[in-house]
Amino acid sequence: MPIISVRDVRKSYGRGQNRFDALKGVSFDIREGESVAIIGKSGSGKSTLMHILALLDAPSSGTVELEGVDTSTLRGSRLNRTRNKTFGFVFQQFFLTGNSTVLENVILPLKIAGIGPSERRRRGHAALEQLELGDKAKNKAVDLSGGQKQRTVIARALVNNPRIILADEPTGNLDTATGAVVEDILFSLNRENGITLIVVTHDEELAARCDRRLFIRDGLLVEDSAAVAA
Amino acid sequence: MRTVDLIGSAVSNTFRSKTRTILTILAIFVGAFTLTLTSGLGTGINAFIDDTVTSIGASDVMTVTTTPEGATGVDATEPVEYNPDAIASGQPGPPGTTVVALTPEDLDTIAGIEGVTDVVPTRSIRPDYIQAGDGTKYVIGVGSLIAGQTIPLESGGEPDDDATEPQLVLPVAFVEPLGLGDPESAIGQTVTLAITDAERTQHLVDATVVGIAEEGLASPSGAAIVPNAALSDELFEAQSIGLPAEDVERYAQASVFFGPGFTDEDVQALKDRLSDAGYTGSTVSDQLGLFKTVIDGIVLVLNAFAIIALLAASFGIVNTLYMSVQERTREIGLMKAMGMGNGRVFSLFSLEAAFIGFLGSAIGVAVAMLAGSALSSALSTSILADLPGLTLIAFDPVSVAGIIIVVMLIAFLAGTLPAARAARADPVESLRYE
Repeated sequence: MPIISVRDVRKSYGRGQNRFDALKGVSFDIREGESVAIIGKSGSGKSTLMHILALLDAPSSGTVELEGVDTSTLRGSRLNRTRNKTFGFVFQQFFLTGNSTVLENVILPLKIAGIGPSERRRRGHAALEQLELGDKAKNKAVDLSGGQKQRTVIARALVNNPRIILADEPTGNLDTATGAVVEDILFSLNRENGITLIVVTHDEELAARCDRRLFIRDGLLVEDSAAVAA
Repeated sequence: MRTVDLIGSAVSNTFRSKTRTILTILAIFVGAFTLTLTSGLGTGINAFIDDTVTSIGASDVMTVTTTPEGATGVDATEPVEYNPDAIASGQPGPPGTTVVALTPEDLDTIAGIEGVTDVVPTRSIRPDYIQAGDGTKYVIGVGSLIAGQTIPLESGGEPDDDATEPQLVLPVAFVEPLGLGDPESAIGQTVTLAITDAERTQHLVDATVVGIAEEGLASPSGAAIVPNAALSDELFEAQSIGLPAEDVERYAQASVFFGPGFTDEDVQALKDRLSDAGYTGSTVSDQLGLFKTVIDGIVLVLNAFAIIALLAASFGIVNTLYMSVQERTREIGLMKAMGMGNGRVFSLFSLEAAFIGFLGSAIGVAVAMLAGSALSSALSTSILADLPGLTLIAFDPVSVAGIIIVVMLIAFLAGTLPAARAARADPVESLRYE
C-alpha cells in the first residue's frame, strides 16, 4: 500500500472572476521509503501540493489518503496527532526561534506531542548528535551559521521519528558546499532510516538525486519519472 | 502539549521581548498599585471604626428608647462656654424635649421580651457647667460606662466606682481651657460641677480628676466627663431634688443586654420584637453603619479610578500581544504544522497575558504595601497623630489576593483577543508570511 495516495486533487482560491486554480487535478502515489522531488516554477502549484500533502490545507476536491486513510476524515486532535507523528518539516527559511537554544528548538515537536522533559532532552540530544550538533545544544539558534541552522531544522524534523520528511527548498538559502552536506544528510536518512523524503524544489540537481521526480506546471502533473520508466 | 509545558512556554515567551513586556507590566503596575492603596485605605479606616466599636460599647448591648429617633446627637468637639441664660433640659419631661420617658413599667416590659437578659436604665445627668477654681465655666455632658466598655486614657486611671469620694475622667480637650495645665498635671486636681434641681436651685459638686480621656473618632465620653458611682449618685440626687418620686424614675433610655452569642439575625429579630412592643433598639454598630457606608462609598469611587487605570493597562496588553502574535506568525504556523491544536495556541497566548497581569499586579501590590505601610506610619506620627490607633492604610490578605486575581482575570480577558487571532491563523498563510 502506498504511504500517500493522491487522487484527482484540485485546489482553487477565490471566487468568480478572481478564482484561481492552483491545482487542476493531480494524481499520484508515493511508496514508503521513496525519495520524491516535486519540481516546478514558482506559481506552478507545487507549494500548494506540499501543503495538502502535509495536511496543512484541504483540497477543494479529490482525496489524499495517508496509509489508506482518507485525510478528509481526520479532524481536531486526531488530525493534530497525525501531523505530529507522521511529518517532519524542513523549510528553506529554517523557522527557528532565534532566542531559544538549539535544543529547545529541536524538542518543540516533542513538547507539542506532550512528551515528558527528561525524554525530550534525551531524544533531542540524540537527534543533535546524529547531525553532529551535540556541542551546540546550549547555543542560541540565532548564533548558528546557515548550514548549522539547516542541520538544526533537520534534527527538529527527525526528533519525533516521522514517517515522512517534507523539505521545502531545503538548500535554497545555503551555499553550494553547505547545501551538498545538507542534501547528503537528507538522502542518508532516506536510505538508512527508511524515512520517505519529499523534496519540493526547482533545483534540477537536487531533484536528480531523488528516486523519482514529479514535474508540476500550471497546476497539472506534466511528467512523472516513475511513469516514464515503467 | 502538556499544561505545565504550556505554562512554561508562556512564561518564557513573556521575556522574549523584554522592553515591550516591561512597559506593559508598568502600565498594569500603576493600576494594581492604585487599587491596592485605595482598598488598603478602606480596610484601614473600617478596621479603625471596628476597633472603636469595642470602646464605644460592648457588642451584646443595645440602647432602647421609646422614641423613633435616637436621643443622642453629635457631640460638640470644642468646649462650649457656659451661658447662664440657656435652659438646661434635666430629667426627661421638661418642655422642649421630645423624649418620652421610660418608666419602671416599661423596663419590666422590656425585660420580659424574649432574648433580653438584663435592662439597665441610663440615668440622665445634665450639669450646667464645669469650672476649675475661678476659671471660665464650660458646658459639659456626663457620659457613663457600661460593662465591656473602656475609655482610651491619655493619663491617669479609670474612675473607681468603689471609691467614696467623687472622681471623674475629663476629656483632654478641656484640660487647657479649664486651666489645668497639661494632662499629667491635671490628675489629682479638683474641679467643680454645677447642677440645677427641679426647684431651680443650683448645686455645686466638687470632684477629683483621676484620668484624662484621649480624643478619639468616637470615644465613649466625647465632650463629657465620666464620673464614678459616687459622683454620679451625688449629681443625680442633687438634680432630683424637688421632683415627685414617680418622676425620678424616668429614664430617657436604657441599655438592654442580650446573649453574647447573638448573630446579626438574632439582633435584628430582637429589634423587631422591641419595635412591636413600641420601643426602638439600636446597637453601636447601627450608629456606626452610617460612617462605614460613607467610607465604603468613597473607597468605591477611588477603586473605580484604579479600575479605569487597569482598563487602560488592559489595552496595553491587547496591543503587546497583537504585536507578539504578528511577530510570531511563522512560529505559530510552525507549531500548528507540527500538530499543536488551536485550543492550545489560544491557551498559550492567554496564559502569556495572564502572566503579564500576574507580574504587574504582584509587583504593584508589593510596592503598594511597602509604600502604604510607610505612608501610614509617617502620617500616624504627623497629621493623623490626633487619631491614635488609626492605621490609615491596612492590608488584609484576602483583598490583596483578590486584587491579584482580578488583575490577572482582566489581563486574561484582554489576552483573549490576540490569542483568538493566533488560534485562527491558517498555518499555510502563517508559514508563507514574511
